[in-house]
Amino acid sequence: MLQAENLTCERNRQVLFQELSFTCGPGETLAINGANGAGKTTLLRILAGLYEDYEGDVDWQLEEYPMYVGHKSGVKDLLTPYENLSWAAELYNCDITREELEEALQAVALRGNEDVNCGALSQGQRKRVCLARLFLLDNPVWILDEPFSAIDTKGVEILEARMLQHIDAGGLVIMASHQPVSFACSQIINLGSS
Amino acid sequence: METGGRELPEVKTAARWFHKLGSPKFFFEISGRLLPWLWALTAILLATGVVWALGFVPEDYQQGHSVRIMYIHVPAAILAQSGYVMMAAAGLVYLIWRIKLADMALQCAAPVGATLTFLALVTGSIWGKPTWGTWWEWDARLTSTLVLLFLYTGVMALRSAMEGRGAAAGRAAALLAVVGVINLPIIRYSVDWWHTLHQPSSFSLISKPAMPMEMWLPLLVMVPGFYLFFCSTWINRIRTEILHREYRTDWVRELIRSNDV
Amino acid sequence: MSAIRILLATIHRDLLIHCRRPADILNPLMFFLMVVALFPLGIGAAPAVLTEIAAGVIWVAVLLSTLLSIDVMFRGDFDDGSIEQIVLGRHPLILVIFGKSIAQWLVSGLPMTIMSPVFGLMFHLNAGGILALVIALLLATPVMILLGSIGAALTLGLKNGGVLTAIVILPLYIPLLILGTSLVDNAIAGLEYTGQLLWLGALLAISTGFAPLAAVAGLKIAVKC
Repeated sequence: MLQAENLTCERNRQVLFQELSFTCGPGETLAINGANGAGKTTLLRILAGLYEDYEGDVDWQLEEYPMYVGHKSGVKDLLTPYENLSWAAELYNCDITREELEEALQAVALRGNEDVNCGALSQGQRKRVCLARLFLLDNPVWILDEPFSAIDTKGVEILEARMLQHIDAGGLVIMASHQPVSFACSQIINLGSS
Repeated sequence: METGGRELPEVKTAARWFHKLGSPKFFFEISGRLLPWLWALTAILLATGVVWALGFVPEDYQQGHSVRIMYIHVPAAILAQSGYVMMAAAGLVYLIWRIKLADMALQCAAPVGATLTFLALVTGSIWGKPTWGTWWEWDARLTSTLVLLFLYTGVMALRSAMEGRGAAAGRAAALLAVVGVINLPIIRYSVDWWHTLHQPSSFSLISKPAMPMEMWLPLLVMVPGFYLFFCSTWINRIRTEILHREYRTDWVRELIRSNDV
Repeated sequence: MSAIRILLATIHRDLLIHCRRPADILNPLMFFLMVVALFPLGIGAAPAVLTEIAAGVIWVAVLLSTLLSIDVMFRGDFDDGSIEQIVLGRHPLILVIFGKSIAQWLVSGLPMTIMSPVFGLMFHLNAGGILALVIALLLATPVMILLGSIGAALTLGLKNGGVLTAIVILPLYIPLLILGTSLVDNAIAGLEYTGQLLWLGALLAISTGFAPLAAVAGLKIAVKC
């Protein structure tokens, strides 16, 4: 699924990682660990195709574009969760029905808020909209940067359950999180440890 | 997803060759050998041109001695434009091939070009005083030189505002330079046209009918002199920039050690 | 056609956002109004003088207010991460940018064009002059938005982006200013202005073709570096 070869990246004259190579396939979970500033976000952005200033090769052996949940939610405050999700579906060229949309919001316990502007929602609720986008647009590759930040224990449970479900269905999850997950990750990369 | 691993082999070889040419170390060595000759040639041409223009060219029957300003003004104005085109060419190379040397070339060309543009404006203004009786005339050539100065300023301002954002600064400046160079002919044309519209009677600095040969020749020395001056200064600046950016590499450290800097 | 669909979806989304925060759109329009109103106060309200300066004043004011409004074109999307999602989406970025430019024109270029006859009257332009002003603005405001989108993309993520956008983009607006004002002046004097009109049309065609490409490149630099 993914083959990364000799990834080297430096930022502000500081080497973040050097000659990093790894592969991962369907049904795997790749956890990227490291202290603040070790380059976790940069590595995830490189894998997602959102950062170009690096050397080496990133090869996705499928025509799927990864889904990315980053520090910035990508949720528009002036649009409702419903509008946000339909826009995301439009971007990913997915045809979805109102029912599927409501189901996705139900899954993150946001039912009843679908027609409130996201700006009126709490930080955690906005994160949930972001996760609903992930669940709604069925995509084999998830790249998650601190997916558990801002959400409560119930939210964490929901997300972990969905991640396991996604892996079982042959998906790939790549994530960086300071919060330990309850299940075992199949691969771990430690940045900044060398 | 963009991938870097699927290029054809021959493409890769070509890219590697290109990268060697654009390698800062290679450039530093080659230019180090070339630069003294360039400077010598620059000095000879400029000295010849200046002495000739100031000492031996006859006075203009209309403008008197003030016509000698032309020997600075015209080459500076020409270089102001060529400098922008060269800068944009470096920008294009950087945008397409991501060669760091091109980025440094762009960064180093901008202040030199802007200075020459400024020089062209100042000399034009000084020339304007005895010729038109005013320090600033909205002459087509002066006006488009002024716009050129704005374009240079934009590139430099963007670049310096984005300092600290890594490769983004260079690429943004390169993109702006390329956009500017596409617009340059449109701007020049429209300013020329605007000028004929508003001041049909005024007199242009450069399109003078049949300049006599003895006035032309020193100009033919000064223009290449200015070109060489631009290139030498440019290369000099690029070399400094290379040392600045590559100070952590082994070859720069070795160089510094061997020179006892 | 998925291309047209995403284009329409982008326009719809951006218009919705603009409608829910009208200040971003109304403030530049108010600015336009005020700048134009300042000139008679500064220069004097003699009709002959006003007619002479009308074209230049209105065009400069349109340019400046376009610059004010263009600054928010990508900034909101950049700050909340929407741009990242757009870049990752399946559609060519250029379609989304084109859609955003159209939406931007609908809320900034078009209203200013519609407002311009009022200023024409206030500056004592004759009917021919007012008509020419509207036609010229109709052709030129899209070019202003398209060129401005390059500047807005390049200065994304900078704190004092607004002034920088102006410095970067204003020189590129000079041909528009020259053509537009001379067109209006010709019309006021009762002269032919087809030539300028064709030139404005040509500029519109060129910038429709090239400006979104440059804006895409600028946006990618802002997001991916």
